[in-house]
Amino acid sequence: MSEINLTLKIWRQPNAEAEGKVETYSVENISTDSSFLEMLDVLNEKLTHEGVDPVAFDHDCREGICGMCGAVVNGVAHGPEKETTLCQLHMRHFKNGDTIVIEPFRSRAFPIYKDLMIDRSAFDRIIQAGGYTNVNTGGTPDANSVRISSQQLELAMDAAACIGCGACVASCPNGSAMLFTSAKVSQLALLPQGQVERKERAQAMVQCMDGEGFGHCTNTKECEAVCPKGISISNIARLNREFLKGIFTGRDD
Amino acid sequence: MELKSNVPEGPLEKKWDNYRFSSKLVNPANRRKFSIIIVGTGLAGGAAAATLAEQGYQVKSFCIQDTPRRAHSIAAQGGINAAKNYQNDGDSIFRLFYDTIKGGDFRSREANVYRLAQVSNEIIDQCVAQGVPFAREYGGTLANRSFGGAQVSRTFYARGQTGQQLLLGAYSALSRQIKAGRVTMYTRREMMDVVVVDGRARGITVRNIITGEIESHAADLVILGTGGYGNVYFLSTNAMASNVTAAVRAYKKGAGFANPCYVQIHPTCIPVHGDFQSKLTLMSESLRNDGRVWVPKKKGETRKAADIPENERDYYLENKYPSFGNLVPRDVASRNAKEKCDEGQGVGPTGLAVYLDFAEAIQRDGADVIFRKYGNLFQMYQKIVNVDPMKEPMMIYPAVHYTMGGLWVDYNLMTTIPGLFAIGECNFSDHGANRLGASALMQGLADGYFVIAACVANYLGTNKFAKVDETNEAFLSSRREVEDRLQKLLKNSTGGSAGKCTVDEIHKELGKLMWDYCGMARNKEGLEHALKELPGIRQKFWDKVYIPGSTKDINQSLERAGRVADFIDFAEIVVRDALARGESCGCHLREESQTEENEALRDDANYSHVAVWEYTGEGSEPKLNIEPLTFENVTPSQRSYK
Ligand SMILES: Cc1cc2nc3c(=O)[nH]c(=O)nc-3n(C[C@H](O)[C@H](O)[C@H](O)COP(=O)(O)OP(=O)(O)OC[C@H]3O[C@@H](n4cnc5c(N)ncnc54)[C@H](O)[C@@H]3O)c2cc1C
Ligand code: FES
Repeated sequence: MSEINLTLKIWRQPNAEAEGKVETYSVENISTDSSFLEMLDVLNEKLTHEGVDPVAFDHDCREGICGMCGAVVNGVAHGPEKETTLCQLHMRHFKNGDTIVIEPFRSRAFPIYKDLMIDRSAFDRIIQAGGYTNVNTGGTPDANSVRISSQQLELAMDAAACIGCGACVASCPNGSAMLFTSAKVSQLALLPQGQVERKERAQAMVQCMDGEGFGHCTNTKECEAVCPKGISISNIARLNREFLKGIFTGRDD
Repeated sequence: MELKSNVPEGPLEKKWDNYRFSSKLVNPANRRKFSIIIVGTGLAGGAAAATLAEQGYQVKSFCIQDTPRRAHSIAAQGGINAAKNYQNDGDSIFRLFYDTIKGGDFRSREANVYRLAQVSNEIIDQCVAQGVPFAREYGGTLANRSFGGAQVSRTFYARGQTGQQLLLGAYSALSRQIKAGRVTMYTRREMMDVVVVDGRARGITVRNIITGEIESHAADLVILGTGGYGNVYFLSTNAMASNVTAAVRAYKKGAGFANPCYVQIHPTCIPVHGDFQSKLTLMSESLRNDGRVWVPKKKGETRKAADIPENERDYYLENKYPSFGNLVPRDVASRNAKEKCDEGQGVGPTGLAVYLDFAEAIQRDGADVIFRKYGNLFQMYQKIVNVDPMKEPMMIYPAVHYTMGGLWVDYNLMTTIPGLFAIGECNFSDHGANRLGASALMQGLADGYFVIAACVANYLGTNKFAKVDETNEAFLSSRREVEDRLQKLLKNSTGGSAGKCTVDEIHKELGKLMWDYCGMARNKEGLEHALKELPGIRQKFWDKVYIPGSTKDINQSLERAGRVADFIDFAEIVVRDALARGESCGCHLREESQTEENEALRDDANYSHVAVWEYTGEGSEPKLNIEPLTFENVTPSQRSYK
C-alpha cells in the first residue's frame, strides 16, 4: 500500500433547478488500497470539518452489485477499469499528483437531483412495461419439470447480470437505453418461462423506452465498452429481432 | 408485555395446514377495501408487496434506495436452500428443519422453523417460473451445492449472484403490480416512525429523502421488511444504508425486540486493512466447498504461502472436525479462525487473517472448472486486494454479517403491537442463535411469498377497522416528534464546525466498542465496560455531531446521523442482552461458558428461551421478558460437527 495526493474537479449542483459548476478540491494521503468511494468519503469528511456541504453521491452495496453508484470519471462512466463499478474501482489505478474530473451520469432521461445524484426511475418504468412473466405467487409447476440446457441458461444469466446502473445510457452519444432494455428482453426470451409474453414484451418495453426520452441506438458500442457487468451488445441484436417478430406476427398468435 | 407465540395445535407437520384451515380469510372482492403498508423491498418486503397486491389488497411499498431493485438482498451471493432432494442424497423437509434448528443451537421455535422448511420447495418453483436463472446441470436439471452445517447438497444458486437474481425476480413481480396500479411505490423514503392508533399499527411517518418533506401514510396494517442491524458495528458486510431505525422506532412504540445479541460473524470475509475502510466484503461461504482453510503451524511465519511445505501447514478445520471439515457452521469456523490468530498463527500484514486455498481443487478439477464456479468472486477479490486467488490463496477473516435477533413475532409474524408485522431479517423468528448459510434468502422469500398473506388475511378477517386517515391526532403528533428530532440533530450546526465531529467518526467509535467487547467472544467484564462507555458515546453524539445543510433538502449526513443515533440507542440492548445471556449458544460465545474444546456450551436449564426486550421510556432501563422454548420433536444436544 502507498499513499497518494490528488486534485479533484467535481460537478457541484445544489438541486435540480440550480446551475451547476465544477469545483476543485484536494485530498491528501489517500491509501491506494481504498476504493474510489472511500476516497470520496475522505473528501466529504474533510469538507464537513471545513463546514462545507459534502458531495452528494449515490451508493449502497459497495460490492459492484446494487447498481446504485456511478459517475463519469475522467470522461468514462465508472472510470478507467474495464468491467468495474465505481465502488469497485480502487485508487491503485491512479498516480500521485493526478487530477481527476468527476461528473454525474448525464442524459436527458436522467435528471440530476444534486451533485452526482441522478434520477434513474425511467429504468423502473421500462421494467414495469413488460420485464416480467405473468405468474402470480403459488401454483407454479415443479422447478425441474422443464429442463433448460446449461448453455442456454448461461446465456440468459449473462443477460440477467445487468445491475441497472445507467452507465450504458450515460456513455451513449444518443442517450439510448437499448443495452439495458435488451438485457431484460434477452433474459426472458432465452428461457422457456419467458415465452408466453414474448411478442408483447419487446414492443411494450421499447415503446416505454422511447416515451421516456432515451435516444435511438446507432451502434456506437460505447455502452458495451463501459458496462461494469460486461453485458454484450449481441443482446441488442436479439431485442431487434424480438421487436420485429412482434410487429410481423402481431400480438396474438 | 405478553408473549403468546400462538403456535397452532396439532402435530408439527400439520400445524401450518391447521393454521391455514382455521384462519379467517378475506373474500377476493373485499380485499381491495383493505390497505397495507410494506416498508422495505428486499426479498421479504418485495415478495410480500407483489403477492399481497396480486391477491387484491391495496399496497403501499417504501424503500430508501432510488428503486426497489437495489435493496441489500441484491448482494447475497452463495445461494438459497430448499428441501427438494433433487440430488437424491437423503434430504427431506424434516432434515432441513432439523439442520436449521440444530444450526441455530436449539434457540428457535420449532413450529416456525418447520413451516419454513415446508414452504422452501415452493420458493424454488416460484422463482423458476419468474425466470430466475438458477444454475443447471448439463442435462438441464437444477444444480445444487453444499453449504455449511449440512451434509446434503440442497443449495440452489445463480453463479455468485443468487441474491441479485432472486431480488430481480421479486422486483419484476412487484413491477408488474405497480404497472397494474395495485402497488403504489414510494422510493427514496425513510421510515421514521410507526403510528399507533387505539393500540393498533395504522401507518407510518416517513421522510422524503429528495425533498426533505415529512409525510404521513395510513393503512389497515403495517409490515416491516427492513432488514438487519449489522451496521451497529460500523464495519460489516451489509450495504451502507442498512439500518435499525425502523425496528428501533417500532421498539420504542411497544414492539418487543428479541435476542439482539445474536449477531452472526461470517468466517470468510476480506480482512480489514485500513481505517479508511467503509465496509467489509464477503467472500461467499460456497468457496468452502473447494477452498481449504489453513494457517502456518509456526507462529509469526514470514514465508509466502506457496513456500510453506504441506507438513508445516495447519488445516485446523479438517483436523478438528473430520466429518464436516471446511463446511462446519459459520460460528464454529469464525471462532476457530479467531483462536488461531489470537495464538499468533494468523497471516497477512495485520496477522488477522487465515488462508483459504484453492490449489488442491484446481489441481483436482482443473482451473477451468474452479474458475467457472467461483470466477466472479475471484475477480471481486482481485479487484479489492490485487491478488489472484487462482495463483495465491485468499486471505480471509471473520466479519459481522447477519443478525438473527430482530423484532419479536408470534407464529402470525406479528409483533407485540397488533397490526405491526415483521418479515425477513428484521424479525427474529427462524434462525435461533446462528443462521445456516443460504437460509436467509429462503426465510425472506418464505415470509414474503408464502407465509405473510395467510397471516394478513387472518388479522384482517378477525378484526374490525375504524376508518383512520392522516389527519388523526396520532399521525400529527408522530410528525411533530419526527420533526423535533431532526431539528435536534441539527442543533450543533450553528456556529461552524470547529471542535465538532462528523457522524462517521462517532459511528466508528461505536463500532469499535461493539466489536471489541460484544463481538466474536464476550465476557461479563467486557460487556459491563461497554455498557459503561455507551452513554458517553451517546452524549458526544448529541453534543458534538456536526451536520452541514438543512432538513429541507437532500442531506446525506442528516440521513446517516438519524441512523447512527438509533444504532447508539440500540447498542445498549445488544450489550444488555449479551450480558443477560450467561450461556454460550451459536454465535453468542460467552467465554465463561465453553466446553473443554472451546465450543459454545449451552445452559438449557437456565437459558432455553427467547429474550425479549421492552422499551420503558427514555433514560429508563429496558425490561427483559422471556418466551420459554419447548422442544417436542427434537432433543437439544450439544452440537457436534466432528
Ligand atoms: C454480502 C452478503 C451476502 C449474503 N449471501 C447470502 C446467501 O448467499 N444466502 C442467504 O440465504 N443469505 C445471504 N445473505 C443474507 C441475506 O442477503 C439477507 O439476510 C436478506 O437478503 C435480507 O433480506 P430482507 O428482505 O429481510 O432485507 P433487505 O434486503 O436488507 O431489505 C431491507 C429493505 O428495507 C428498506 N429499509 C430499511 N430501513 C428502512 C427505513 N427506515 N425506511 C424505509 N425503508 C427501509 C431498504 O430500503 C430495503 O428495501 C447475505 C448477506 C450479505 C450481506
Ligand atoms: S454501490 Fe452498489 S454497485 Fe456500487
